[in-house]
Amino acid sequence: MSHDITHNEIGHDHHDHKPKGFVKRWLMTTNHKDIGTLYLVFALAMFILGGAMAMVIRLELFQPGLQFIEPHFFNQMTTMHALVMIFGAVMPAFVGLANWMIPLMIGAPDMALPRMNNWSFWILPFAFTMLLATFFMDGGAPAGGWTMYPPLVLQGGHNVGFLVFAVHMMGISSIMGAINVIATIMNMRAPNVGYLNMPLFVWTWLITAFLLIAVMPVLAGAVTMVLTDRYFATSFFNAAGGGDPVLFQHLFWFFGHPEVYIMILPAFGIVSEIIPTFARKPLFGYVSMVYATAAIAFLSFIVWAHHMFSVGMPLGGELYFMYATMMIAVPTGVKIFNWVATMWKGSMTFETPMLWSLAFVVLFSIGGFSGVMMALAPVDLQYHDTYFIVAHFHYVLVTGAVYGIIAGVYYWLPKWSGHMYSERLGKIHFWWSTISVNVLFFPQHFLGLAGMPRRIPDYSTQFAEFNMMSSIGGFAFGLAQVFFVYIVWKTVRGGEKATDQVWDDAKGLEWTVPSPAPYHTFEEFGPVDLDKMAHGKIH
Amino acid sequence: MQQNKQTVKNNNHKILRRGVLASVLMVGFGFALVPLYDVICDITGLNGKTGVLAAENVTEQNIDHTVVVQFDGTVNSDLPWSFKPEQFSMEVVPGKLYHTEYVALNQSKADVTGQAIPSVAPAKASIYFSKTECFCFTEQLLTAGEKKQMPVTFIVSPDIPKDIDVLTLSYTFFNKNRMTAEQQVAGNASHEEIEI
Repeated sequence: MSHDITHNEIGHDHHDHKPKGFVKRWLMTTNHKDIGTLYLVFALAMFILGGAMAMVIRLELFQPGLQFIEPHFFNQMTTMHALVMIFGAVMPAFVGLANWMIPLMIGAPDMALPRMNNWSFWILPFAFTMLLATFFMDGGAPAGGWTMYPPLVLQGGHNVGFLVFAVHMMGISSIMGAINVIATIMNMRAPNVGYLNMPLFVWTWLITAFLLIAVMPVLAGAVTMVLTDRYFATSFFNAAGGGDPVLFQHLFWFFGHPEVYIMILPAFGIVSEIIPTFARKPLFGYVSMVYATAAIAFLSFIVWAHHMFSVGMPLGGELYFMYATMMIAVPTGVKIFNWVATMWKGSMTFETPMLWSLAFVVLFSIGGFSGVMMALAPVDLQYHDTYFIVAHFHYVLVTGAVYGIIAGVYYWLPKWSGHMYSERLGKIHFWWSTISVNVLFFPQHFLGLAGMPRRIPDYSTQFAEFNMMSSIGGFAFGLAQVFFVYIVWKTVRGGEKATDQVWDDAKGLEWTVPSPAPYHTFEEFGPVDLDKMAHGKIH
Repeated sequence: MQQNKQTVKNNNHKILRRGVLASVLMVGFGFALVPLYDVICDITGLNGKTGVLAAENVTEQNIDHTVVVQFDGTVNSDLPWSFKPEQFSMEVVPGKLYHTEYVALNQSKADVTGQAIPSVAPAKASIYFSKTECFCFTEQLLTAGEKKQMPVTFIVSPDIPKDIDVLTLSYTFFNKNRMTAEQQVAGNASHEEIEI
C-alpha cells in the first residue's frame, strides 16, 4: 500500500501548474477540471438563453389572443427553446459534471483522451453560433419544432442547412465526449477499483455514454437525409418521389427515445450520490441500481414508436409499444424505492443539495406517472400534442434533469471553488424554484386534458386562467434561475472556506483531495484507499 | 511506471478506435433503416403500400363475400390541378378485375407534370389490393387547361379476410416539375432562391 495517495501528499508535493493567459489556460486546455468548468459555464449560459426564449413563450401565452409576437416568431421560440435547452444546456451540463467528477471519483489523473476532450468542448460554441445565427437570416430560425419533422422542416428556408450542420457538430461533440468517458472509466480506474466499486454517478454515465454512441449517429444520418431532400433532390421523406415522411419519425425517435434517458440517467447518478450522504446511510440496493440503469437503457431502444401512436399503426404494433413502454416503469420504480429505502431510518439533514434531490425524487415521479398515462395507446390519442405532454416532459426534464444538475452543482461546488455557498441563499433558491415550477407546469396537465394544443400562440378563452397562472409561475421560476447564477458567482468569488471533507461522512474519493481541488490530482497512478469509497469494500 | 503509462495510452487509443468504428457503423445502420423500412412496409402492407397480385393467377372468385371499395383523390398544395374520382365507391367481388376512372384538370396556364402516390386503408387490407393498370405507374403531363381521364384497373384478392368490408383507395397528386426544377438547381450549383 505504499502507493496510497493521501491528500497531504497531493497538497504538498504538487503545486498547481495552471497555464497563464486566456488562450493557454482555456482555449488550449487539456485539463479535465478546466474543460469541466468550460462545459458547465457554457451550459449555464445556454440555460439562461433558452430560459429567455421560454419567457417570450409564456409572455405571449399570458392572455388569449396575439399580444406581443407574430405566430411565426412564436414557432421559432418553441423550436429553438427546445434545441438550446436539450443540446446546449442539459447535455453539456452533464458532460461538464462527468469531466470534473469521473476522474476524481475513480482515482484517475485526467480523462483518457485529453486533447479530444478539448476538441469536443470547443466544437460546441461554433455549433451554437451557427444555430443561433439563423435568427438574423431571411426567414428566421427553424420553426418546425425541435423534432424537425419533414415536410414542415423543409419549408423553413435556408435555416435548414444551418440547423442540420449544427446538429452534426453537436452530435460529433457528444460522441467524442462519450468515447472519452468510456475510455476513462474502462481504462483509467485506479488499479484496485473494480467495476462494482464505482460510484453510481460513474456507472450511470458509463451507460449513458454507450447510449450516446448508439443513437447520435442515427440522428446525424436522419438530418443528413433532410439536408439532401432539401438541397439535392433526394426523396427519403418525399412521398412524390417514393419516400415516406413517417420514415423520418421512426429514425428520429430511434434516437429520440434513448435521448430522453441520456438526459436523465446521469441525474439518477447524482441523486444516488447525494441522498446517501445526507441520510448518512449507504445507498440501498447498489447492485440493483446498476442493473436497473442498464435495464432502462436497454428498454429505451425498443419503445420508440410510442411517440407515434397517432401517426397510425396496426393494433399489434400499438399493443407491443404500449406494453414495452410500461415495462420501463419497473426498473424506474426499483430506483425510486431504493432512494426511499436509503432514507428510511437515516439521520437525515436537509442541506440545499438534499432538498433538490428530494424534490427530484417526488417531482420526477409525477412526470413518470404522466408518462405511464401516455404509454396507454388508446388514451394517448387524446393527450397527443396537447399541453399534457408539455407538462409531462417538463416534469421529467426540468424537475428531473435540471434539478439533478442543480443538486450536483450545490453538492460539488465547494469542492470545485473551495468556498461554501450560502446555505440561506441556497434554500431561498430551492423553495422559490420548487413552488414556482409547480405553479408553472402543474396547470398545464389540466390544460392538456381539456384539449389545449401545444405549439400554438393563441388559445380559446376557457384556457385563460390556467395559462395566466402558468405564466406567472414561469416568470418566477425564470427569475429564480438568474438568482442561481448570482449564488454561483458569489460562491466562486469568495465565502466561507470549505473543508476537504465538505459534508460529514460523505463517501467518495473526491472528498479525499483538498478543496478547491488542485489542478492535478491522482497523478501517481496507483491504488486508492477503498475505505473512502461508498462501495469500495461492500462487494 | 513508464511501461504502465504506455499500456494505458495504448488501451485508451484502442477504445477510441472502437468507439469511432461503432459510431460510423451506427451512421450506416441509420441509412440501412431506409431500405429496411421499405421492405417491412412491403411485407406487412403497413403504410398502405399495395400488394402485387397478378390477375392471371387468380382463378377462383369469392362470391359470397363482397367488399366496398371507396375512391379518394387529393392534390398536394404545390400542384395547380383539380383531381377527383368519377365514381366514389363500388361493390366488388374478390378475385374479379374492375375498372374505374379519375378525372384531372390542369387549372394553371402552364404545362405541369404530376405524379400520383397511392395508398390503401385500412393498412391490413392493403396487401390484398392490387392494381394491374394505373395512371400512378407513370408521371402524367397535362398541358395548360387540359382535362384528362385517368384509368385504374384493380383486383381484390379472394384471400382478403372476412372482417374487411370496406377499403379505401386514395391518391395524392404531387408536382413533378417542382422536383425536377430543384434537381437542376442543385445540379448547376445555382444560388437562386428555391421557393417551396
